[in-house]
Amino acid sequence: MMNNAPGSPRPGPAPTPGPLPDPHTTAVHAENLTVTRGTRTVLRGLGFTVPRGQITGLLGPSGCGKSTLMRALVGTQAKVTGTLDVLGHPAGHPTLRTRIGYVTQAPSVYDDLTVRQNLDYFAAILDPGRAAADRREADVTRAIADVDLTTHADALAGNLSGGQRGRVSLAVALLGAPELLVLDEPTVGLDPVLRRDLWNLFHDIATDRGATLLVSSHVMDEAERCHRLLLMRDGELLAGGTSRPEAGGDTPDALRTRTGAATVEEAFLHLVDEAKAAARTKETTR
Amino acid sequence: MTTTTPTRTATPPRALSASRTTATAARVLRQLTHDPRTIALLVLIPCVMLFLLRYVFDGSPRTFDSIGASLLGIFPLITMFLVTSIATLRERTSGTLERLLAMPLGKGDLIAGYALAFGALAIIQSALATGLAVWFLGLDVTGSPWLLLLVALLDALLGTALGLFVSAFAASEFQAVQFMPAVIFPQLLLCGLFTPRDAMHPALEAVSDVLPMSYAVDGMNEVLRHTDMTATFVRDVLIVAGCALLVLTLGAATLRRRTA
Repeated sequence: MMNNAPGSPRPGPAPTPGPLPDPHTTAVHAENLTVTRGTRTVLRGLGFTVPRGQITGLLGPSGCGKSTLMRALVGTQAKVTGTLDVLGHPAGHPTLRTRIGYVTQAPSVYDDLTVRQNLDYFAAILDPGRAAADRREADVTRAIADVDLTTHADALAGNLSGGQRGRVSLAVALLGAPELLVLDEPTVGLDPVLRRDLWNLFHDIATDRGATLLVSSHVMDEAERCHRLLLMRDGELLAGGTSRPEAGGDTPDALRTRTGAATVEEAFLHLVDEAKAAARTKETTR
Repeated sequence: MTTTTPTRTATPPRALSASRTTATAARVLRQLTHDPRTIALLVLIPCVMLFLLRYVFDGSPRTFDSIGASLLGIFPLITMFLVTSIATLRERTSGTLERLLAMPLGKGDLIAGYALAFGALAIIQSALATGLAVWFLGLDVTGSPWLLLLVALLDALLGTALGLFVSAFAASEFQAVQFMPAVIFPQLLLCGLFTPRDAMHPALEAVSDVLPMSYAVDGMNEVLRHTDMTATFVRDVLIVAGCALLVLTLGAATLRRRTA
């Protein structure tokens, strides 16, 4: 647990911890998760779970805190308070570093190395030693094939297009078959064919390799491709949180049914209006 | 697509892992091989400067001896400072540092990897410059040229360490480059290259006593004048090496796994 609240302790009774979710079926469990950056509170007391072996979509407009939530999950975000357990350990635990694959929004690869050299290096960090050389090579070759860059394996990353560099970054995260993949807007700016191929790959990874995926996007129509959804706005969860009965994230169907909307986008807008109306009533009754 | 995928081994991250360090050093050198112009500039510029200097002081070979020996110590420090500060700044801004620190890479592995890679480059640079100065430009060294090389290598490590450290305080390449005059120029003025340090204003002499480059230049001049390793030389070498280690440790402390 990481209840290292900085500053003054919160007044009032401590939140009573509910029964802990089973780490065999739950990949991520968050309770009262709060993140501050400077004086701004970016995430406000989030509570949610991400089930294992499924694709959970994290959707919301730009700047709503999706990336901060993902950085908190992989343990690179400072000033995280509340409970955040990942694969049965507190987020940022050293043993998690080999078990999570993380893709940042901007491709984080070395532009002055070839695709293969990039992957060779990161593979050597994940699985070091000369004894593992053969295993690493097979792993690198597979990861390059996964993102469909085999024909570009010897091209400098800096000479690739933006979408291709993003896929190199994704290939790095696929190395070593991680149990949890945290992908920050992996399909932004890609053409429809490539986007479909990547979603097919995500589904293969979830079904064949049993991995859990958390994929963020600000494009609502990607929501239909996810098993579960977390809708975010202004650092709060609009749908999918544990305050609702559908703990473990809403399914796209459940979300549409509940809000009576035809698409997830409509459902999102409906929930935003609902939240605004609720806030207004609170204001007037005060 | 194959389904037989190796699972990630749970190797616990240690402070320093030899294979991760050498992998990092190899990666840094591999990046440089895709940039032959940088290598050429790194290796050739000190040689060209020494060549120029030799003929600037055509009439007074004694002056060339003293300034040339000092410069053999200063070049590696400056170039490695610049290269390292830009390289690590790029690592920070490109997101690769965040990615690496989310992986089982120790901070020490990264720092040692950089030090190893740039140290190797410094050996080539210093060997060429020293060889040119001693055998072709008639630099009159009383001691062993190997000792010149040793000091040059330690200077390069010091430059790498300083570069790593200041890159933590630079938000852009512009700022990183401006740290060069801020950190290096005062040392250059006070290290005894222009005037012997004991001829400076006492206050400045006191300042120069705590700047590492002063000892780098002192060490070079000891080799220039004495056949054996003097006690002063040993002191100078130890101080430069100690400073490099200290600043490398400070540099490691500026790498944070969790950032705002």
